[in-house]
Amino acid sequence: MEIIVCVKHVPDTASRIKINSDGNGIDTSDISFVLNPYDEIAVEEALKLKEAQGGKVTVVTLGADNSVSSLRTALAMGADSAIHLKSDNWTGDSYATAKALADEIGKNSYDLVLFGKQAVDDDSSAVPQMVGEFLGVPSVSVVVGLEIDGSNGKAEREVEGGKEIVEFSLPAVISAQKGLNEPRYPNMRGIMQAKRKPVNTVEVGVADSKSTVSQMEMPPARSAGKIVADVSELIDCLKNEAKVI
Amino acid sequence: MQKFQGVDYYNFDSLLSEEEILVRNAVRDYVEDNIIPVIEEHNQNCTFPMEVIPEIAELGVFGANLPEKYGCANLNNVAYGLIMQELERGDSGLRSFVSVQGALVMYPIFSYGSEKQKDYWLPKLAAGTAIGCFGLTEPDFGSNPGGMITRAVKDGDSYILNGAKMWITNGTIADVAVVWAKLDGVVRGFLVEKGTPGYSAPEQKGKFSLRASITSELIFQDCRIPAENILPNVAGLPGPLKCLTQARYGISWGVIGSMMACYDSALNYSKTRIQFDKPIASFQLIQNKLAEMITEITKAQFITLQLGRLKDAGKMNHQQVSLAKRNNCKEALNIARVARDMLGANGITDEYPVIRHMCNLESVKTYEGTEDIHALAIGADITGIQAFR
Ligand SMILES: Cc1cc2nc3c(=O)[nH]c(=O)nc-3n(C[C@H](O)[C@H](O)[C@H](O)COP(=O)(O)OP(=O)(O)OC[C@H]3O[C@@H](n4cnc5c(N)ncnc54)[C@H](O)[C@@H]3O)c2cc1C
Repeated sequence: MEIIVCVKHVPDTASRIKINSDGNGIDTSDISFVLNPYDEIAVEEALKLKEAQGGKVTVVTLGADNSVSSLRTALAMGADSAIHLKSDNWTGDSYATAKALADEIGKNSYDLVLFGKQAVDDDSSAVPQMVGEFLGVPSVSVVVGLEIDGSNGKAEREVEGGKEIVEFSLPAVISAQKGLNEPRYPNMRGIMQAKRKPVNTVEVGVADSKSTVSQMEMPPARSAGKIVADVSELIDCLKNEAKVI
Repeated sequence: MQKFQGVDYYNFDSLLSEEEILVRNAVRDYVEDNIIPVIEEHNQNCTFPMEVIPEIAELGVFGANLPEKYGCANLNNVAYGLIMQELERGDSGLRSFVSVQGALVMYPIFSYGSEKQKDYWLPKLAAGTAIGCFGLTEPDFGSNPGGMITRAVKDGDSYILNGAKMWITNGTIADVAVVWAKLDGVVRGFLVEKGTPGYSAPEQKGKFSLRASITSELIFQDCRIPAENILPNVAGLPGPLKCLTQARYGISWGVIGSMMACYDSALNYSKTRIQFDKPIASFQLIQNKLAEMITEITKAQFITLQLGRLKDAGKMNHQQVSLAKRNNCKEALNIARVARDMLGANGITDEYPVIRHMCNLESVKTYEGTEDIHALAIGADITGIQAFR
């Protein structure tokens, strides 16, 4: 089975984020970047399928030069090869991202394309479905269970108060949700082997962005709490200050 | 709790390769998820977390700087050191386990063993399906191991061992002990397997330090082992001392992990603990303590990174290792003690990792050469005068 996993290099969620001086993005100088946590789940699922059924796992990213380190993490986990899509005019817009990824994926043979359900930087949750559309193949999002049998697949999705089982045919696009699996840690041998695995760099022009980020703001600082002496003061505050009762 | 972000005041990471950072982060994540949640209980109960052995073997930390041929990762020594740092940020007992397995058991078998010994033991030790221990110290010979009493005598195609070792990490659970004993007056290394008649390894109890690590006596009473169990390619005290150089190198990195854990705790605590209507971090005395800590951590990082680069270039000498081991253990213990103080009463509880690290570091400062002994090693080197005796 040929599996392609699309991954994104994102700021570590534990990093302290600062807005850049233009006010339309974040200051990346002081933060560490990691492989998007949901994409780790997608990589893990690809590796498990490969281990069970044979095949090949290729990881793809669209991003700046430093995003190669997330490809390297996926290779260290066990992926076989990587493609780095480089572009001068990419701004992060979901449509343009999906178009560039779909164009590259379309040049390869594939049975399954895996994504994380969202990237933890912009949280758009848009690219996997768009790639499915561009490729003209079924796509199933926010998947917590996956079975592949020959050219058919069955995915389990979480829906409000229950679960939904979706059947589809391959090739298909799947986006992974927490709970699908427990991603492995890259091990020491894997990290050394990753150095010898191929990373293919492809220069791409990306389509026109359909959106641009005009402004970013930090959430307002939380004001200090208030300690009340007794229940009657609490009720008074809730009534007259917070005006919630 | 906020995920640990590392301590990097001088853009230390810019001196590391992509793969060194990957190694460090993988071990850091593993320790954060799997060791930190369980370690306090093991420490309280004086047990080693045996259940993690297969996991850390899979992670590839045993003998990680040895060749791939034996199932190891063939990492460089800086990456190896960063593994030790992250393990010890979890607990010195965990790092000790890995140091003994890699630097004190796999390394001597790799360096001094026969092909047969290497092929038999190294893959098992790398995979964690066999555990090893290293028996050098005796009840009456610690800093002066050359005086050891344990003897081996050749008898046909066997050796017969008599004597006792003490303070041996992993002794009780070891499948194979690398035992140093005198044969015709010369120190030699022997592989003694668990279950050999005449060999027992009772656990030593009552430790206040390194509680999540097993420490044992090794007792040999007419213990007969096959003659092929001698390590063929080593004779004399420099043999075990070279193993100690490997392990001390790892300790130098390891205790930086303890420093980071204590500093991180003290920093977070002092920013949130309110006294006199302010976070205690707003007082100059507290800031001075934190400034001292970050200074010592930064110094230790650079000394030790350079030591690793020298080791990778084949230019490191054992006196340089003495300097790093001595300095880093001493400063780690100082940081732990000051951090303990800054946490007030909370500093004595297992709600915080600080007192566990503090107690652990008392062992780490003592084993593999005390502060005094390393001062003598450096002193002998720079003056040309031996002051050991
Ligand atoms: C938890 C733990 C685990 C250990 N694990 C192992 C292991 O796996 N394998 C192993 O072989 N050993 C192990 N050891 C033993 C350890 O290496 C020794 O304890 C250490 O070498 C010190 O020896 P000693 O305890 O006999 O102290 P001593 O040598 O008796 O030293 C006592 C004091 O005298 C000082 N001193 C000694 N000689 C001099 C001198 N010439 N000049 C100035 N001061 C001097 C020392 O610095 C120290 O302060 C372990 C120890 C501990 C605590």
